[in-house]
Amino acid sequence: MAGHSNYVPQSAAAKWLESRLPVISLVRGSFVDFPTPKNLNYWWTFGGILFFVLIAQILTGIVLVMHYTPNTALAFASVEHIMRDVNFGWLLRYLHANGASMFFIAVFIHMFRGMYYGSYKAPREISWILGVVIFLIMMATAFMGYVLPWGQMSFWGATVITNLFSALPLVGEPIVNWLWGGFAVDNPTLNRFFSLHYLLPFMIFGVVLLHVWAFHTTGNNNPTGINPKTKQDTIPFHPYYTIKDLFAIVVFMILFAYFVFYIPNYMGHADNYIEADPLVTPAHIVPEWYFLPFYAILRAVPDKLGGVVLMFGSIAVMFVLPWLDTSKVRSGTYRPLFKQFFWIFVAVCVGLGYLGAMPAEGGYVIAARILTTYYFAHFLIILPLLGFLEKPKELPASISEAVLSGGGKPAGAVAAPETK
Amino acid sequence: MKTMIKSVRGALLAVAALAVAAPAMAAGEGPHIERQQWSFSGPFGQYDKAQLQRGFKVYKEVCASCHGANFMAFRNLAEPGGPGFTEDQVKVIAAEYTVMKGPNDDGEMEEVAAIPSDRWPSPFPNQQAARAANGGAYPPDFSTLAKARAVASGFPGFIFDIFTQYQEQGPDYIYNLLTGYEDAPDDLDVPAGQYYNPKFIAGQTLAMAPPLFADGVEYTDGTPTTVEQYAKDVSAFMMWVAEPKLEERKRMGFRVMIFLIVFASLLYFTKKSVWRDVDH
Repeated sequence: MAGHSNYVPQSAAAKWLESRLPVISLVRGSFVDFPTPKNLNYWWTFGGILFFVLIAQILTGIVLVMHYTPNTALAFASVEHIMRDVNFGWLLRYLHANGASMFFIAVFIHMFRGMYYGSYKAPREISWILGVVIFLIMMATAFMGYVLPWGQMSFWGATVITNLFSALPLVGEPIVNWLWGGFAVDNPTLNRFFSLHYLLPFMIFGVVLLHVWAFHTTGNNNPTGINPKTKQDTIPFHPYYTIKDLFAIVVFMILFAYFVFYIPNYMGHADNYIEADPLVTPAHIVPEWYFLPFYAILRAVPDKLGGVVLMFGSIAVMFVLPWLDTSKVRSGTYRPLFKQFFWIFVAVCVGLGYLGAMPAEGGYVIAARILTTYYFAHFLIILPLLGFLEKPKELPASISEAVLSGGGKPAGAVAAPETK
Repeated sequence: MKTMIKSVRGALLAVAALAVAAPAMAAGEGPHIERQQWSFSGPFGQYDKAQLQRGFKVYKEVCASCHGANFMAFRNLAEPGGPGFTEDQVKVIAAEYTVMKGPNDDGEMEEVAAIPSDRWPSPFPNQQAARAANGGAYPPDFSTLAKARAVASGFPGFIFDIFTQYQEQGPDYIYNLLTGYEDAPDDLDVPAGQYYNPKFIAGQTLAMAPPLFADGVEYTDGTPTTVEQYAKDVSAFMMWVAEPKLEERKRMGFRVMIFLIVFASLLYFTKKSVWRDVDH
């Protein structure tokens, strides 16, 4: 990272600092002079968008904690206190609640982008694996955050999900009691979830730094999937990608603001405006939308332990994705068959999400089983086979050549730089 | 190759089957809710102050005998974005109610007249007392009720809801419920203390007797005193109780959107200018 900086300290103060702690050249090497492929498209801006959402979540969360009370008797009332009496409390809470959804929208796009362009392939396996780690911590954080308002879905969602561990043979029951801190989801559970919900985002932040460090060591992937060969293939991160990312972040903020200001409760569930009542079970217990595909996989299996194993397996399989894909070609742009299977895979994930929201009965269960099978087949059968069966298109000689030939676009699309 | 083609076909069939089957299956869920026109819907929606005042009157004279509104303070009635009572009016309203305060210096609890900073007093001392007085059913608190009830839009309605900014599931449901009481069909055995209402979200009968009757509450502004009007007014009032900052939110939202769109446009041209010499 620091090695990319051509920074030479000028002032005496900068020289003094730089010779003791080279932090200026570190930052410059990573986010100013860092050589970045010049052909990154807008799908690549979701990394920056995610960083923005993470910071927004941490900031709104820190202020919300100043007004929130983690106690089963007071939590629901303290959230209503935030909504009614705290200055702009409604704004903070709606930003934080919808921010979680925005985080997942962005992370799903970011992951699909990595899958399409083969960003997980050598030498970027570590970046990808760290990304999956971030995704796991994010899911844990979001799940625990949803419990904090102590509404009906908070309570029953926590009950259902923590109960999953009881499926483990022998140790299941003791583990669940240990997680709860008692014999049911209750005040100790709320307190530890609150503690972890505050801790985990900072762990995410740490892993994000490692994630960035890893792909700054290998260099960014890019839409052609081929390595930059000459200086003409790259441009410095600043100002080119700082301005591009900033533009994308502001466009993303428009979407974010639309939800916060106009449909703030769209992503939530009405039942969570009812205070938790351990004696009344809601008609349908539904997790937040971003868990629905995994929830569908869980319920697709008739056996509880099997469902839990497959649900965790659906994420675990992503850890070994770099070794399941046997194709030497990184980018889906040059892989005609893979491209089609990629979009089917996206449709299957969306379909699983829909099925996760539906009651587990009749045709829904059958459909969920078919899609679950396909989900795993994509990773375990289709991707390994494609590498051998597919005849990839010819790769361009360099990024610059791909850009000048229109990157697969019709020749007419290449216009003068001024009009692009 | 053959396995691949087969799995493609399988997946496509599954997706197609889903798309066809989903609306049919989704249609069967929950009662049919007739959507109403609300002054507070849409990007520029605002509460109708006169309607909130009428709704408050219905709540006070009818609903409040069983339903509390724990998170509503008397002072809220005079706050911006609400029914628009003056502070003096709120003092008078508060003084009509008593609340328990104390202990005082002698260690006694006292029943004193409420002041604007007090919360709306609950009609029952606790949930058990409320259940005992209502045949075992607990009349839910109104504080968040208008956000706590929603009949699912199903597919594809839930996608349209994003673009129409539909967030009035609660008041729509409450209006439909209040006007939905009818005689039970002959083949339905309605248990004692239960009332038939096909709009009820969790069954066919509920423990709440039809609460509204024509001319039951006096309106002084010439508004018709029908069950439909009462239901509409009290539903709007309940939405305000549940979402008192709605007006502030939508007003700020408009400014934020304008700012972000202008800012994004400027950034777009800045980006173009920065990138003008790069083939990419």
